[in-house]
Amino acid sequence: MAEKSTWETKVGLAEMLKEGVIMDVVNEDQATIAEKAGAVAVMALERVPADIRRDGGVARMSDPARVKRIMAAVTIPVMAKCRIGHFVEAQILQSLGVDFIDESEVLTPADEAHHIDKREFDAPFVCGCRDLGEALRRIGEGAAMIRTKGEAGTGNVVEAVRHLRAVTGGLRKLQGMRTDELMAEAKQMGAPFELVAQSAETGKLPVPNFSAGGVATPADAALMRQLGAEAVFVGSGIFKSKDPETRAHKIVEAVAFYEDPEKLAEISEGLGEPMKGMDVRSMPQEERLAVRGW
Amino acid sequence: MALRIGVMSLQGAVEPHIKALTECGARAERVRTPEETERLDGLILPGGESTTMGILMSRFGLMEAVQKRAAEGMPVYGACAGMILMAKQIVDSEQPRLELMDIRVRRNAYGRQVDSFEAPIEMPSLGGEPFPGVFIRAPFIESAEPHVRRLAELDGRPVLVQEGNLLASSFHPELTADRRIHRYFLQMSDNESGA
Repeated sequence: MAEKSTWETKVGLAEMLKEGVIMDVVNEDQATIAEKAGAVAVMALERVPADIRRDGGVARMSDPARVKRIMAAVTIPVMAKCRIGHFVEAQILQSLGVDFIDESEVLTPADEAHHIDKREFDAPFVCGCRDLGEALRRIGEGAAMIRTKGEAGTGNVVEAVRHLRAVTGGLRKLQGMRTDELMAEAKQMGAPFELVAQSAETGKLPVPNFSAGGVATPADAALMRQLGAEAVFVGSGIFKSKDPETRAHKIVEAVAFYEDPEKLAEISEGLGEPMKGMDVRSMPQEERLAVRGW
Repeated sequence: MALRIGVMSLQGAVEPHIKALTECGARAERVRTPEETERLDGLILPGGESTTMGILMSRFGLMEAVQKRAAEGMPVYGACAGMILMAKQIVDSEQPRLELMDIRVRRNAYGRQVDSFEAPIEMPSLGGEPFPGVFIRAPFIESAEPHVRRLAELDGRPVLVQEGNLLASSFHPELTADRRIHRYFLQMSDNESGA
């Protein structure tokens, strides 16, 4: 009678992660720190995005042994990344029992034309986007959660803001349209008509909409929440800072009290050095991760 | 007057509970501080991550506030993570909790996300059709003291239980369109506020 891995259970897990913080970790110790700080999930990685950026070369799925060790260390959900279009990496992650698969631009794409057909999988997927059209294309392929891309590993929130505003602004534009204008808009956006029509009606994405890429402080996390992100991914921002444990705690608190400036002031006090961060404007196009995928 | 029902809003699936409560005619309120628990007729602890909610509730004085209100008779309903927080015993875990109900729960008891499932649940006490149960990395109740009422079972395990003014489920009625469990909780809250 029971039916496993239905669409409702996939989107349902994304619902459960709402109003929380998902943290990038590279080992069991970091995973435990994240869980104790109140992370709702961890992303098991070989290297955090700032190091991927520094090291260059091809970035691939994590070693399964590392993912398994992290899964064994915590009781919260564990996510892991596969390369864009690399459905075999996704098959492997699913067989490990990973709770969410991130088809991620942070790794080097395996296919520049096609993303994974995510509907075929039992594990739910999260995908990045820079605007509404890209979000709806990924949902059309079966993503159960969307995250705006931002620019991972920079400690600079500017791209995350740009992408989230593009999504929410796109939704407001759709809501203002007559229904007979939606097909032309769907063609323009390159997105499935049914999803465009559904988003126009509800004013929301059909799946939860999270934010990623460049969050370094509690105030950054609260900014993304106030701009409409339903939860926040924090990558290098925590474990590349001077005092990861405290920063992890404080970012969790900031996401819970994102609308309360007095509490946010308290939370932000005496946190020590955040990660240094980079100016995205001076970054050559080929070093940008967000332009990977379409 | 509409009942004032709070939804603990530190983390988790808050919106779907607010929608369900509003559809049932209640006045749903987000709760993030101890003061906000004071004038409520009932409180829902939503699904999400029980460790996250427990850490934040301890940190911001909400454990004591909810324990006090529950002891005064305010109805509390915990779904999934909320049920874990209400349990006196959690297998293999020292995580912060409210310790309200005489139940022993096991976290992620049905497996990881790929084992999450939907199943119809017979619910003779609420009458009518089976309830559409959505179980997401769900906990189950390993044992319960005899005075805990079993309102519904799945494969011989209780999945919806009541102990006086306290209600808990392994599954997520807020993710379905069936409002029977929310209505039942509102009835509990109504009886209490009238008493």
